[in-house]
Amino acid sequence: MSSVTGPPETTVDELAARIADGCLLALPKPDAGASMAAIRALIRRGAKGLRLWCLPAAGLQADLLIGAGCVASIECSGVSLGEFGAAPRFRRAAENGTVRVVDSTCQAMYAAVQAGEKGMPFVGLRGIIGSDILAHRDDWKTMQNPFAGDEDPVVVLPAVRPDVALIHARLRDSFGNLWVGNAREAVVLAHAAHGSVATFEAHYDGNLLDDERMTAGTIAPIYVEAAAHAPKGAWPLALPGTYPADRECLAGYAAAAATEDGFAAWLDRHALGTDRAA
Amino acid sequence: MTAPPTADEFLACVLARTIEGLRNVAVGTSSPVAATAALLVETESAGRTRASILGSRRYNPFNDGGSEIHDRAAQGRIDAFFLGGGQIDGRGNINLVGTGSYPGVNVRFPGGYGSAFLYFLIPRVILFREEHSRRVLVPKVDFVSAPGTSPPAVHRTGGPHALVTRLCVMEFDRAAGGFRLQSLHPGVELAEVRDATGFDFEIPADVARTPAPEPGRLELIRGVVREQVAETYPEFAKTRIGDA
Repeated sequence: MSSVTGPPETTVDELAARIADGCLLALPKPDAGASMAAIRALIRRGAKGLRLWCLPAAGLQADLLIGAGCVASIECSGVSLGEFGAAPRFRRAAENGTVRVVDSTCQAMYAAVQAGEKGMPFVGLRGIIGSDILAHRDDWKTMQNPFAGDEDPVVVLPAVRPDVALIHARLRDSFGNLWVGNAREAVVLAHAAHGSVATFEAHYDGNLLDDERMTAGTIAPIYVEAAAHAPKGAWPLALPGTYPADRECLAGYAAAAATEDGFAAWLDRHALGTDRAA
Repeated sequence: MTAPPTADEFLACVLARTIEGLRNVAVGTSSPVAATAALLVETESAGRTRASILGSRRYNPFNDGGSEIHDRAAQGRIDAFFLGGGQIDGRGNINLVGTGSYPGVNVRFPGGYGSAFLYFLIPRVILFREEHSRRVLVPKVDFVSAPGTSPPAVHRTGGPHALVTRLCVMEFDRAAGGFRLQSLHPGVELAEVRDATGFDFEIPADVARTPAPEPGRLELIRGVVREQVAETYPEFAKTRIGDA
């Protein structure tokens, strides 16, 4: 049993203040523990120049940050609002060239960050050769498979260790352990990043590492720099198994964010001022 | 008396024929018609064909994060998958990234997602795009998210198998690196397909007619399969599948 205690609880706004302008900020896919509460706090504090790194794809988190002018670049395999259609602010920014888009593919995102998690220097992958994604990646290389007798080109990618991973957990115990359920992306990002900050849904009475049923989904405090209590912290996205998406709100966003004015009005109502979900 | 198939039910039956008899069929996110086809074939086969519906909790066996489907594909354990394309060209190249001269795109699409990996490694990739127009089916894609064919030295166990649209089915000839018209949907004439297709394709002497849904299939779709689909795609199940 761990006697390590985690960092003291902080507030969502203090948490957002720890995410420095210009940092490489890792976000899990929207259904794997999205801290929307902290995204709103980042917008409130006027974050600038963030370099988003989304495992493996992005959604509302990135679209809000892009629309609010917080983002310099985004690396991921795709950005959309899922069944609510294209991500309007991402799309506009990509078309206007106001945000640098670094296109990747899902398995490259996973492999690069898993290499970072393991402290490996690089990783080799099948596929990708002949894709224009590769043609535009100066940081990726193609090399001969050193273990093959015949010609066998493979793509190699450098390991990725984000500056900060931002996640939303279900539970936090008094030892600082976070429980994220089956959100594997949140776990690998926390392990790979230089530091992680987390919001969490509820307090857990006891030690999460005492219960075999909870340990696989637990992130130990060694990985976590700050944690803030944020009930409904994934809203309006779903926290799978805990609460569903606010479909009305998401449909409203998809419609409103089609224009800059509509986006600004939506932001004003849902993200600035008092955090509705806090 | 069974009501005639809706457009989506018809296409689900067309897609179902492309995956019958396979072991593991995976369906990506935002793909309700392909999910309907995969769950239909799983139900009919009493589970010999296993459908993995991404985004579903009940019909998705993967519990190790989003990388697991890519891991299994790379091991050769996924037999079929469905991909779309903002643009698809006659060489089977697909573009999910955008039009214009990248990175200065004119129209930005969501992105390539898993395609640049999965297209190489899943033996039977079915391209499904309902819209059949020169806007989508172009002579040459503006951006190759994933190539239809690769040089012999490149490790490739997968690739395009067929293209299904609202007008027809085309099969992909990997040796020739191009599409061959397989069947025209009911009421569709060859000239219409020619007019709406921006690339050249082979036309066989006898072009078949895409069959109507097989007896019993509509009833299955409107019954047990609809309930399965509704777990992931409630709106689709309610509005795009007919009443039992």
